[in-house]
Amino acid sequence: MKVRIKNIFPPGHVRTPSYLRGKVGEIERDLGYFRNPEQLAYDLPAKKIKLYRIRFAMSEIWGDEIESSADTVDAEIYEHWIQKD
Amino acid sequence: MENNFKKDAHVRWHDMGGRHAENLTFTEHDFELWEKRVDALMVLASNKGYFTVDGLRRVLEDMGEHAFDEMTYYERWMASINQNLIEAGAYNLQELGEKMAEVAQRGKTYGDCNISVIE
Repeated sequence: MKVRIKNIFPPGHVRTPSYLRGKVGEIERDLGYFRNPEQLAYDLPAKKIKLYRIRFAMSEIWGDEIESSADTVDAEIYEHWIQKD
Repeated sequence: MENNFKKDAHVRWHDMGGRHAENLTFTEHDFELWEKRVDALMVLASNKGYFTVDGLRRVLEDMGEHAFDEMTYYERWMASINQNLIEAGAYNLQELGEKMAEVAQRGKTYGDCNISVIE
């Protein structure tokens, strides 16, 4: 399934690298549930949320700068950062 | 193509993925005793439930880019562990200040400290 990473920039501890925000990738696998690190970081009660491994084409991220159109990059992204594309 | 990975005002300083690296130093070095102790303290504090690695990272990021330039890796860890332990109520600032003064009295080196313990 294709998903887009939310293009937001909250000024606190988050687990989504900025270079992936706004980019479209494919869910590679469902990694299960983990306590939300963005709440744990502030010592808040953290409920378990889904973590996904998402595969991005390098061209989606870097445009014409890529060396090979076959290259991809995987990133592990929590569900609240993902929207259906 | 619009790339938001460039160093924009809304990208926090530590979020370095995709930026061009400047000259990197690849020299190896052993850890100092105090650095190993800081590492061990992180394990102890998280096992005790005072805070998690997420809290460690949160404070490191909030310390800002100047800390990255001016402090070593474990100096930053020490500051972050202390901040998290204060927030978790493991000790208060009064206790910390008094303990720091007491430890400073022991001497400037590990050797000095050991001598005072034997006495």
